[in-house]
Amino acid sequence: MSAKKLNNKAWWLVAPVVLLVAFNAVIPLMTVVNYSVQETFGDNLFFFEGMKWFEEVLSSERFHDSLIRQLKFTFIILLIQVPLGVAIALTMPRKGFWASVCLILMAMPLLIPWNVVGAMWNIFALPDIGLLGYTLNAMGFDYNFTRQPVAAWATLITMDVWHWTSLVVLLSYAGLSAIPDAYYQAARIDGANAFKVFRYIQLPKLKRVLTIAILLRFMDSFNIYTEPFVLTGGGPGNTTTLLSLDLVKIALGQFDLGPAAAMSLIYFLIILLFSWVFYTAMTRGEDK
Amino acid sequence: MNNRSIHWKWIVPFLYIVFLMAPIYWLLNMSFKSTNEILGGMTLFPSEFTLDNYIAIFTDPTWYNGYINSLTYVTANTILSVCVALPAAYAFSRYRFLGDKHLFFWLLTNRMAPAAVFALPFFQLYSAVGLFDTHIAVALAHCLFNIPLAVWILEGFMSGVPTELDETAYIDGYPFWKFFTKIFLPTIAAGIGVAAFFCFMFSWVELLLAKTLTSVDAKPIAAVMTRTASSSGYELGLLAAAGSLTMIPGAIVIFFVRNHIAKGFALGRV
Amino acid sequence: MARIDIKALRHSYKPNPLNDDDYALKKVDLTWDDGGAYALLGPSGCGKSTLLNIISGLLVPSEGEISFDGDAVNHKTPDERHIAQVFQFPVVYDTMTVYDNLAFPLRNRGVAETVVDERVRSVAEMTDLTDMLHQQASGLTADGKQKISLGRGLVREDVNVIMFDEPLTVIDPHLKWKLRSKLKELHQRVKTTMIYVTHDQTEALTFADRVVVMHEGWVVQEGTPVELFEKPRHTFVGHFIGSPGMNVLPCEVTSEGVRVSGTVIDIAQQQFSFDQEKRYEIGIRPEFISFAPEGLPVEVVSVRDTGRNKIVETDFFGNKLKVLVPEGAEIPEGKAFVQLDKNYTLLYENDWIVE
Repeated sequence: MSAKKLNNKAWWLVAPVVLLVAFNAVIPLMTVVNYSVQETFGDNLFFFEGMKWFEEVLSSERFHDSLIRQLKFTFIILLIQVPLGVAIALTMPRKGFWASVCLILMAMPLLIPWNVVGAMWNIFALPDIGLLGYTLNAMGFDYNFTRQPVAAWATLITMDVWHWTSLVVLLSYAGLSAIPDAYYQAARIDGANAFKVFRYIQLPKLKRVLTIAILLRFMDSFNIYTEPFVLTGGGPGNTTTLLSLDLVKIALGQFDLGPAAAMSLIYFLIILLFSWVFYTAMTRGEDK
Repeated sequence: MNNRSIHWKWIVPFLYIVFLMAPIYWLLNMSFKSTNEILGGMTLFPSEFTLDNYIAIFTDPTWYNGYINSLTYVTANTILSVCVALPAAYAFSRYRFLGDKHLFFWLLTNRMAPAAVFALPFFQLYSAVGLFDTHIAVALAHCLFNIPLAVWILEGFMSGVPTELDETAYIDGYPFWKFFTKIFLPTIAAGIGVAAFFCFMFSWVELLLAKTLTSVDAKPIAAVMTRTASSSGYELGLLAAAGSLTMIPGAIVIFFVRNHIAKGFALGRV
Repeated sequence: MARIDIKALRHSYKPNPLNDDDYALKKVDLTWDDGGAYALLGPSGCGKSTLLNIISGLLVPSEGEISFDGDAVNHKTPDERHIAQVFQFPVVYDTMTVYDNLAFPLRNRGVAETVVDERVRSVAEMTDLTDMLHQQASGLTADGKQKISLGRGLVREDVNVIMFDEPLTVIDPHLKWKLRSKLKELHQRVKTTMIYVTHDQTEALTFADRVVVMHEGWVVQEGTPVELFEKPRHTFVGHFIGSPGMNVLPCEVTSEGVRVSGTVIDIAQQQFSFDQEKRYEIGIRPEFISFAPEGLPVEVVSVRDTGRNKIVETDFFGNKLKVLVPEGAEIPEGKAFVQLDKNYTLLYENDWIVE
């Protein structure tokens, strides 16, 4: 591909985007930063505390625990959702009536409000009244996600896979559609088998789309709140208390805006760091 | 391709769809039951089939207004986000300019923060500009995460189109506007379809900001549903019915963009 | 190497074609001999890409037969037919080096690595890619990538025919002629049958020994560039080939002779039968008309300078007649006379040449 042209007038094309996003981002962000370095004793009285909250949060064991749980969660779901999503996109019909059926059905889980997702899985997985819970116990498994950490994790992960894999599928499917026919034709003429077609044509052409899918899932899973909250409430105990849940507990429960804001910022910086590293790695080879 | 190989492959999406449909079936199942029956025991099919939940929704203005409100701001946001993202994505894809890589990454960062902490600042901001409890407020607020997503997806697809296409069109004498709409956009149809659907979807399900920025006039359906969850315990049947209904608008959107998403990039003659 | 025979080929993209309009290819009968350089020329939508894809095996024809060396190959895959194809947009495997790209078709067939190396180097030398063998294929310019595509076709020794589907579309104009000459040179060297599909007559006429002109799913003429120029069998060929195209004037055929707007014109065809119901036209190329002190009366309308020569548009009793005049020659103004070279003044009946 020929090199991009240097053209600073391109800023005009980008201006509307910058304005709309900055309006929503900059002012609120400033507010959050503000809170993170202050302490309140209620009544809108704030005292500047500098780095106190950051130190406190970073050294707290509670924070470390939540962070590790969160990392485990995100890692597992990425490991499942990305290959699974790509595999499904590869095997789906490319056109015709069945392709439409597949697309519509696969989109359904994405469209359900997250609190409903949590609630329906909650009932679905309950041992005595839910289809899943009932069936598992009937098959001989001793399954009760409200009491068993392992069951709670398994249910949480299954719910997330159920909820979000379709995002990877849709992105990958669109990405595959965008590959010109000529590539497949050339591969046929060159005598390449299905595996080689995947490795040398499909996978490279999916790189951009997969980067989007992986980063999106990474960010969103790190921020996940509603579904686990409604499903397990963070329990049993705090075994499924992921970062966001902990954050809200602290902010609301203890009315500590300071530590909450500090935590959010640290949290944001972690995601930022991971994302930046990943993004740079994936786009390093691009022509600029 | 012969038919045999196609049939084997289809077992994968088939199994996946079965997996997806099980809880949805369960949701529909619950929507036709009373809350008591749901909590009473496990039945595959409602023993006392009831349409009460749906009737409640269709007759209660709060409920159906909730749907209309949501649809309004979500549609507004989707159109706005995609339209604004298209030129920006083109710029990122085809040009280098001062700060471009950083700007692009900055856009992504707006999706990284947990929404919970932004609730209060957003409330203050939109109240200050007098937009509290309007559809516009939510439509604008959702731009925070939807525009970066749209730009990101569209740029990805645009970069898959060789720049030779642009150049060949110029040589053939096409004015830029004509080239963009008649040649370029059709080749990234898949990207537009997917970007539009995702903007719709993320805005549709976003609960926190939508709830924070509205109270009565523009109250979204998701907020109405949380009301059922907290006020009188869990009105599960009602919630299930409402949840089932929320799938419909999105299904329609995907139906309309399905051809775009599945559209091949046929290397047509320029 | 193979001889390609196409018999009574018809193709429709619709599952239930009703009439001729539903067919992309209405009827094609062609034979291509071993080792020749051929072109398929025609405007967009004339069916040339359809025909190309049927030959390469990417498409199975609705009716008719295509055979290589006498064996019907209608249902054989591209792989089984031993063909190679270069597409309109460069198709390269981005993640591989140029070397690996060229080696790909051989490695897929299990060829020994030593042989692979030898073939790759030989093809790289033929296509001027030797210096770039270890570069990433994605980093090359468009013409470099097309050379890789071409190379992938040449690297296999068992290739029967190499097909080019408008391969110069994305190449910079000033590199087009270079690549074109390279293709011609390669053909001399390798002597594989090459079929070149294009809508550009210059590309077709300079590359091919024989050109097949297509129009709306029909083959209207097959011949050498000279034949196509001097004796177009169909008015479409007359229009399409040559710049500007042939002048076509409606005429009236009587037992006394052929008249255009009342004036008798001498034509090449001597003995022929005619039918009053049919539509007749005379075709003559601007190159075969010259200004003269006497002859047919015309009115000079406008003059266009193309650089190498001038195109003079004249009016002959309401008919437009273009005359090609070499650079430097004198052009009359207002009323003038032209002479038509009788040998190249041809009569057409319903667009087809009268024999």
